Amino acid sequence: MSHFRADIRQRAEELVALYPRRRSAMLPLLHLAQEQDGYLSDEGIAEVAALTDTTPADVRGTASFYDMFHLEPVGKYVVGVCTNIACLLAGGEELLEHASQTLHCAVGATSSDGLFTLEETECLADCNLAPCVQVNHRYVRTTTPATFDAMVEDLREGRLDHDVPSHGTLIRVKRQGGLRVSKDDVATERAQALAERTARAAVAAAAAAAVSEESK
Amino acid sequence: MAVLDAPLIVSSRRDYADSFTLSRYLETGGYEGLRKALTMFPEDVAAEVDKASLLGRGGAGFPAGRKWSMLRRSPISYLVVNGDESEPATFKDHYLVERDPHQLVEGVIIAAYALQVSQVFIFLRGEFALGLERVQQALNDAYAHGALGSKIFGSDFSVDVVVHPGAGAYICGEETALLEALEGKRGFPRIKPPFFPAVTGLYGEPTVVNNVETMSNLPWIISNGGAAFAALGAGRSTGTRLFALAGNVKNPGVFELEMVKNTFRDIIFDPALGGGLAEGRTLKAFIPGGVSAPWFGPELLDTPLGQDEVGGLGSMLGSGSIVVIDDASCVVRATWRITKFFSRESCGQCTPCREGSGWIERAMYRLENGGGRMEDIDLLLDLCDNIAPGLTWPPQQTTICVLGPSIPSSVHSAISMFRDDFVAHVNYGGCPHD
Repeated sequence: MSHFRADIRQRAEELVALYPRRRSAMLPLLHLAQEQDGYLSDEGIAEVAALTDTTPADVRGTASFYDMFHLEPVGKYVVGVCTNIACLLAGGEELLEHASQTLHCAVGATSSDGLFTLEETECLADCNLAPCVQVNHRYVRTTTPATFDAMVEDLREGRLDHDVPSHGTLIRVKRQGGLRVSKDDVATERAQALAERTARAAVAAAAAAAVSEESK
Repeated sequence: MAVLDAPLIVSSRRDYADSFTLSRYLETGGYEGLRKALTMFPEDVAAEVDKASLLGRGGAGFPAGRKWSMLRRSPISYLVVNGDESEPATFKDHYLVERDPHQLVEGVIIAAYALQVSQVFIFLRGEFALGLERVQQALNDAYAHGALGSKIFGSDFSVDVVVHPGAGAYICGEETALLEALEGKRGFPRIKPPFFPAVTGLYGEPTVVNNVETMSNLPWIISNGGAAFAALGAGRSTGTRLFALAGNVKNPGVFELEMVKNTFRDIIFDPALGGGLAEGRTLKAFIPGGVSAPWFGPELLDTPLGQDEVGGLGSMLGSGSIVVIDDASCVVRATWRITKFFSRESCGQCTPCREGSGWIERAMYRLENGGGRMEDIDLLLDLCDNIAPGLTWPPQQTTICVLGPSIPSSVHSAISMFRDDFVAHVNYGGCPHD
């Protein structure tokens, strides 16, 4: 019995098939698990372990290395405020403090209504619009306390639902297309090309040798 | 005045709102470089890139052509594109993946053809949620357009490209850590030697790892020829480069400039570029190439934006990020934040980095927030010396990867240049700027 919803399960199996080894799908699968549950639940971790031929302990050990994976439940919206160098110079620390007051939660904590989790992030690579804020890893481009509060109001009212989907980064655009030929056919194609190339190199080497012979 | 007459090689579509769509890409010459490459022999495509003398745009600046040719002895199994851009204040790859994903895809296919690789992975940092969508959409469009998949554009070349999301770890920008993440493991950099994934890469097989911006240059290089690219810039620094300007400057942003022809003064102060500092402020220092780079003072503003030009002065052009720090900003606080970053992002494998980064961060925290001691200043230098003995540039290596030896850069720079500010923090019992 799958813990994943049917669509997520199908997506997960497609992802596993993209890689030469099942374990390589680990990070995308964990993103998917988070997309469904909001965080990495025991059931989600067990399913990822089964899909990647690993153990739940191994999955948990891998997931805990990465900042984006939550091993505890988080709010509907994870708000990340950057305070790294470019944002620091633009008032990132002050904005983080303000965010903590507006959202009624400490940095790293979740608000009592379960709506918001506040995080201090490292550089989010959007430094021309510092200080940088992401909600569920979507840039919201709000840089002042006033625009931050307006953005929070929009989130509460559901006005940003299109721009800020649920947790996870893979949900909206699905892979379409692919090789559509067997790996063996591709290997044959590559071997053929390599043989032709080796032949060209031999001809070129022979020509070069002839030239150097003449010049002697 | 800045020299702005060079062609835009990777940011030519920056003024189009729909620059990321296939229709706009095709209207502006898209996939012509690939079509041309497919009429050439693969080794001639590689030779063209060699002729361009394209230096890798990720940070280390290793010649891309040489990276490829090291492998010609044995066939390469995989091409992996490094889009884990996480060096603080670097945001040029972010621009490229969101605004011009087809250019990246075309470059990747050209590289795959030159290397005769049929499986490519594009590793993008997970925080680029929109970038992941844009690149996946570009790939979907490219498959439908016949530029990707089996027998592309009717040729005898088939290639598949998979987008792989990271999950929030700076260290995965280190190429061997990136490969570990791609194998579904914790992002621990691998022990060297072997130094190059070219020898032992993904699943232990020969692998080429190239940066997003490096790949994005390829369509232009093939369309216009390697010689045209090499004619731009000077010395070893050929072509143009994307510079990400951030910090205390009026117009922060990503600017594509011809290598070497402009100086730090140009990019920071030219009205068409950075536009200078806020009214009444003066420049205190600037970081020339990401927070792993030693800082420069105002006296080095006239240094040209070139790899060897900056390298010769004891720093690096690195990731192409320039951070401006003005006289109203606290350098102790800036340094503390940078050390906090490294402490948080150290993977923990090597003692000098794991213990040193935390120790340095705690001492910096004391100095900035109260409780700092005069002897902390020399303690910091001693700790830095333990991570990178001699505090030379380039730094000595005591760790598996270069994250550790990057920690001393800002600390050593700040103390050497602004020791008085550190002393003032001790005497004041915290930050005098607060």
